[in-house]
Amino acid sequence: MADRYVLAVDQGTTSTRSLVFDRGGRMVAVRQREHRQYFPKPGWVEHDPMEIWANTQRTAAQVLADLPGGGEVVALGIANQRETTVVWDRATGRPVTRALVWQDTRTADLVAELAARPDAALVAERSGMAIAGYFSGPRLRWILDHVPRARERAERGELLFGTMETWLIWNLTGGPDGGVHVTDVTNASRTLLMDVRSCRWDPDLLAFFDIPAAMLPEIRPSVGVLGLATALSPALPIAGALGDQQAALFGQACFAPGEAKCTYGTGSFLLQNTGTELVRTRSGSISTVAYQLAGEPVHYALEGSVAVAGALVQWLRDGLGMISSAAEVETLARTVADNGGCYVVPAFSGLLAPHWRGEARGLVAGLTSYVTKGHLARAVLEATGWQTRDVVQAMAADSGLSLPALRVDGGMTTNNLLMQFVADALDTPVVRPMVGETVSLGAAYAAGLAVGVWSDVEALRRNWHRAAQWTPSPVRSLALTAEYPRWERAVELSIAWGAP
Amino acid sequence: MPGTVQSIERAAAILQVVAASGGTLGVTDIAEAVGLAKTTAHSLLRTLLHVGFVEQDRATGHYAVGAGLLRLGSHLDVNELRARSSNWADALAARSGHAVRLVTPAGDDEVVVVHHVFRPDDSAQVLDVGSTLPARSTALGRVLLAHSLGRRTPRAAAGTAAAELAEIRARGWAVERGEQHPGRGCIAAPVRASGGLVVAALGINGPVTSLFDGRGAPRPLLVGMVTDAAAGVSRELGAGGG
Repeated sequence: MADRYVLAVDQGTTSTRSLVFDRGGRMVAVRQREHRQYFPKPGWVEHDPMEIWANTQRTAAQVLADLPGGGEVVALGIANQRETTVVWDRATGRPVTRALVWQDTRTADLVAELAARPDAALVAERSGMAIAGYFSGPRLRWILDHVPRARERAERGELLFGTMETWLIWNLTGGPDGGVHVTDVTNASRTLLMDVRSCRWDPDLLAFFDIPAAMLPEIRPSVGVLGLATALSPALPIAGALGDQQAALFGQACFAPGEAKCTYGTGSFLLQNTGTELVRTRSGSISTVAYQLAGEPVHYALEGSVAVAGALVQWLRDGLGMISSAAEVETLARTVADNGGCYVVPAFSGLLAPHWRGEARGLVAGLTSYVTKGHLARAVLEATGWQTRDVVQAMAADSGLSLPALRVDGGMTTNNLLMQFVADALDTPVVRPMVGETVSLGAAYAAGLAVGVWSDVEALRRNWHRAAQWTPSPVRSLALTAEYPRWERAVELSIAWGAP
Repeated sequence: MPGTVQSIERAAAILQVVAASGGTLGVTDIAEAVGLAKTTAHSLLRTLLHVGFVEQDRATGHYAVGAGLLRLGSHLDVNELRARSSNWADALAARSGHAVRLVTPAGDDEVVVVHHVFRPDDSAQVLDVGSTLPARSTALGRVLLAHSLGRRTPRAAAGTAAAELAEIRARGWAVERGEQHPGRGCIAAPVRASGGLVVAALGINGPVTSLFDGRGAPRPLLVGMVTDAAAGVSRELGAGGG
């Protein structure tokens, strides 16, 4: 039998990548194309949806052409930057404005106004998430309020809304000529417009945000055929779609309650599978949809997003010039044995999970003349480890689930000092999989599962192989537990510093 | 080209020739290769010798890349090296089914593990980044010994047959068949930085019976995977060619 492959499109914040995976879950080809970042005003971040669509077509065609002969690509899966919002004209396929990117903070005033309403508690109760500018619903509302005639045209059914996967699926399946207007349940869960239990658009939430139902895509399972991508040659069934962090959870084969992954990139994103029961959160993690297989119940996850992880190392490199490449932070940190009493809280634009304090600002605490740049480098790496502990503790309080091991991916996992620190700080083994491309692998898994390339999630689990493991040292874990209140105090100070 | 310094251009050309030759050329050949009069080439080579960018073999008079230049090249940070090699090392482990190690020189007789990817069978394995290996009895070490020409000849290299090291250089890979641990073997290849200097060795470790065929020859498929991955890392580091 010819080799069967799956195509994954990873539509990310800075680039669009098309990758092909074999049945062993190994990457066999990849193409990538970056798109332009638009910063029209402070705090505004936009992408051109047409450019992203063109890049998707181009990289997909290239990667399909790269494949060795004899193989057959049988399905397409999509993972996308979450919460980025597109509104376009159903008849022409032209966006009415550029996409509002997840990093865009223009909705801050709108969100504050909405949160002050007496019925605002409805949002957290129904959607599972507190009102925040982080999610796509307020961005959609902003477009309706600010783009001329957008609201009346949306009410007449002339405009369509979607996150990036919706935009790409609609175009791949024909665009104005019969394009399928669907979203996957993980992306829908990030709008604040979906009832997180029934996984349907919620009329009360639509009324609260004043969003016309006519412009919303149909909510579909993450794993299941969504349409035929006739824009590709050969045409492929689009059989899976997930938000990128949920895709990474899927690609890391975290299918059982308690299993968790953390992606260490610019920020860090920790998701823990909590099974088919929704966990109500009190401790600062958020409840989100993990994935849904067609015909099966929704699986939920707890999520802890940290805004600044690798970005702090970049700051050490670009802002302070202490290192010439990100990897050298480990070399510098290893020039000393400990942090010398120094702590860095990277609250550059507030703190996300589990604190959710937008006013917090970064600080370096514990400076003495003893502290060298080596200690600072260590404190920079430890900040990412401590923040992981903050998030894991909050999740444990919310879910009551123990963490058997933390599966990690992302650029910072080549940093052995950091990974060992995370293992010690959590007193939990940290493991890295052989395939680091977990986001695109998750999209490929979702699509391949839907069309039978893999029989079930257990087959996917068998593809997961450990490339490295960092085992906690009992002595270090005890020492770090004793030290943790110092970090917590530094966080309190960073919040106090930013307070009005 | 306006504004360039001719003697630096010429010195750079000479260094490129010396680095590419692997220490096999004398002043006449070098002068011919860069199109300079022998006296001009000689005076440039003497200056490069003085600053330690080339070294001269007393017996043959041949020039090789000097320790001073190697130190410039080896400024490549080991943690940077790990980050840049990671994708290739993971893919090599996944495809070959064997554990992968990347090593750099550590003193005259040893190499240090800077990256380690587990054998992809989910068995219990311990990360051994930072541990050292003897240079002579390991394939990873021999790759580095074979390319240590130009430096003060390491003691370990002196004890290894020059012919064997020459063969490793010529074919581009080294093997180990139970010398370090009975029944365990390794296939390793050089990783080059920009300018072609060998800065590390990349290899797979596994049972001799998996890495070698019945007649004791390394399996060509595995040799190809190792040399391809090493070439991939070299390209990532900016080495030309390949």
